[in-house]
Amino acid sequence: MNFGFSEEQDTIRETLARMLGDHATLEVAHNRLDSGEGFDTATWSALAEGGWLGLAMSEEEGGSGMGAVELAILAEEIGRCLAAVPFIPVLCMAVPALQSAGTDDQRKSLLPGIAEGRTIIATALAEGGGLAPDTVSAKVTRDRLSGQKTPVTFGAEATHALVAATDEEGTPRLYLADLSASGVTTRALDPVDRTRPAAEIVFDNTPVELLPGSDPAAIKRLLDGAAVLAAFEQIGLAERVLALTTAYARERHAFGRPIGGFQAVKHRLADMFAKIELARSNAFFGAWALASGDNRLPEAAAVARLTALDAVQFATEESIQLHGGVGFTWAANPHLFLRRGWQLKAELGPTAIWRERLLGHLADAPRTAS
Amino acid sequence: MDFSDSPEEAAFRAKAREWLDANATLRDGSEKVQDHFMARDADEVARARDWQARKAEAGWAGLTWPRAFGGRGATPIEQVIWNQEEGRYAVPPNAFLIGIGLVGPTVMIHGTEDQKTAILPRALTGENIWCQLFSEPAAGSDLAGIRTRARRDGNDWVISGQKVWTSGAHYSSHGILLARTDPSVPKHKGMTMFLVDMSDPAIETRPIRQISGGASFNEVFIDDLRVPDSARLGGESEGWKVALTTLMNERFSISVGRASGGARAEELIDLAARVERNGRPAIEDGEARARIADFIARQRGLEFTSYRVMTSLSRGEAPGEEGSIGKLLLGKLRQEMGAFGMELAGTAAGVSTAAGDDTARWRNEYLTAPGNRVAGGSDEIQRTIIGERILGLPPEIRVDKNVPFSEL
Ligand SMILES: Cc1cc2nc3c(=O)[nH]c(=O)nc-3n(C[C@H](O)[C@H](O)[C@H](O)COP(=O)(O)OP(=O)(O)OC[C@H]3O[C@@H](n4cnc5c(N)ncnc54)[C@H](O)[C@@H]3O)c2cc1C
Repeated sequence: MNFGFSEEQDTIRETLARMLGDHATLEVAHNRLDSGEGFDTATWSALAEGGWLGLAMSEEEGGSGMGAVELAILAEEIGRCLAAVPFIPVLCMAVPALQSAGTDDQRKSLLPGIAEGRTIIATALAEGGGLAPDTVSAKVTRDRLSGQKTPVTFGAEATHALVAATDEEGTPRLYLADLSASGVTTRALDPVDRTRPAAEIVFDNTPVELLPGSDPAAIKRLLDGAAVLAAFEQIGLAERVLALTTAYARERHAFGRPIGGFQAVKHRLADMFAKIELARSNAFFGAWALASGDNRLPEAAAVARLTALDAVQFATEESIQLHGGVGFTWAANPHLFLRRGWQLKAELGPTAIWRERLLGHLADAPRTAS
Repeated sequence: MDFSDSPEEAAFRAKAREWLDANATLRDGSEKVQDHFMARDADEVARARDWQARKAEAGWAGLTWPRAFGGRGATPIEQVIWNQEEGRYAVPPNAFLIGIGLVGPTVMIHGTEDQKTAILPRALTGENIWCQLFSEPAAGSDLAGIRTRARRDGNDWVISGQKVWTSGAHYSSHGILLARTDPSVPKHKGMTMFLVDMSDPAIETRPIRQISGGASFNEVFIDDLRVPDSARLGGESEGWKVALTTLMNERFSISVGRASGGARAEELIDLAARVERNGRPAIEDGEARARIADFIARQRGLEFTSYRVMTSLSRGEAPGEEGSIGKLLLGKLRQEMGAFGMELAGTAAGVSTAAGDDTARWRNEYLTAPGNRVAGGSDEIQRTIIGERILGLPPEIRVDKNVPFSEL
């Protein structure tokens, strides 16, 4: 047993932090928010050039054959610098979906493009405020997809989409759609975080390809894995907002001393820290469960997500508060984190969904000490 | 990162399990909510002592202690494994948390060789039971405000004063006692630590009843207690440094020890399935489901946090301030779970109809938790520790810092 990162993993983190720190600065985040440009293609290309997009692909798939823990490190660093990149849909969902449920042909035709940053696969699992496999009304008949998916993060920027739809028997499955195909209408939406653009995609008799290994259980597993990795992105975000709020509390003076010396402020920062650490501990367990294929993954994912959602919401809201009037301004940093936090919440669903997943999973589990 | 056992760890776990199977019985439902952590009376102490002696004989006590002091020289991770395994069995409440968790590590760092040999092995076997004589009526959070005086008399020290909230003093054989030896210097500077024999007639112990009904802590009156200089632990006037070692280990023991014991949030799922709320099983009630799920998420986080702390330890890092995280979050979680467990009974909330029923157990959890939020440094003090020592925020204003104690 060992509940920490290895030295090699620490080195990976340092390299990533340096690289992302050069590209995805908070200034870049502000500019993107102002311009509404969204997708930070420069950072995505840099990640591709560094070989990071192929992190969790095997060498024959064109990647470097690392695992979920390394992906978690990347997630955390992306979260820390608010990089506006489709990390979760592409690397945490599309890639594992292709790997676990796709065909050899699908993998061969798509994975290299993903690793090179050319192919962007959005994941269209949400509609009607819910998530597949529980909420699915899009349908596929004779390899043609019809239905509406919304919101799809990076839907307008993507080349492909991984879409949840029911097959002819009414079972939710995953299908691959080329977004340049016929019958695809994409409309940009107005998300709380414009640096994480979202779209509505309407499919009208669009040709699609089934991922043959996909079934409701596989979709759930995919969401569990993505939730674990997203928790790391959330933790990176929360740690950064805590760090910059702590720095502010040390500098900003009132009543003759730094505001961080006042307990109401100091103790709130301590609460942020404790919530983040709690989430981190759960996320560690999640990363391990994901990497090792442990059957407690559903539980691990749910507890990681629930505590990460709580940590992010608390840290971002209180960051604004502790910055005073400045915190309420568009030019200040705290709202960037608040917005990203909400977008990360929306993408894989809020607390209500994950509480139910947790209880659903535990309902049959033995409850005396095991 | 690996939450599964290495082959050596699996072998260790199997050995632990084998011994536990032969020497204890697995917990059954009736013991799910352990209503107290510390032994309370002579009968429980006798059972605790017997259990400790058997463990010590078989090499399962003080796992991480060096062999020279009767320990097993095991790794912190092996300690985690042992805690997990022992937690599955109905074992007596602990009476040795202070001796093994607090006094032992303090003596290992600050004690003389003679003190180590005299104290450590007997603390481990349970032959000696230790209590912590730190807090006083006018000095709790502000521990450095203690007034108990120790005066030199030839080669001896004579100690007088009053301690309070001393857990287990009524059944302890020994105590670690912080006293003021020099009131002419500022308060943090004039203290010295002593190791005292609780059976001395100069010490009088009176149990104090708690809101949970039991009496596991005491007030202790010390009236001209004479001890030799060899009872001094650490240097003269270095008591604060020694106390900080004890307090750090206390936070650490509480957060690591409790995280794997006590009431389990999952038990609330079972309870909610048996009782009704708004005309249907409570487990179908949205609010109840939300609360339970959040409790589980927090409890898991605390467990895994304690494993992370053990991992840092096994990499040779000293127990740091991380103990404050568990210490801060645990009491409040227990309090909220206790309240919720009681509320599940609806208009019968808090009304026990039979000894040991669900209400009685959760009520006890609820009435015990406030002690967790204060003992070992209150929630507020933990937040200050996190804020100042981890986040580096400016320290509290301390108006009495540079004033001689005698002028305060
Ligand atoms: C169950 C239990 C077992 C205990 N066992 C032992 C034992 O075995 N040995 C021993 O020596 N002691 C023991 N204690 C004592 C414990 O360490 C003290 O109660 C604790 O440190 C608080 O001190 P106090 O009771 O004097 O409260 P106070 O220090 O008077 O605190 C009162 C309130 O003020 C708050 N407060 C105080 N100072 C500050 C500050 N600077 N900033 C913000 N808030 C502040 C506190 O958080 C608390 O809410 C035990 C206590 C309990 C409840």
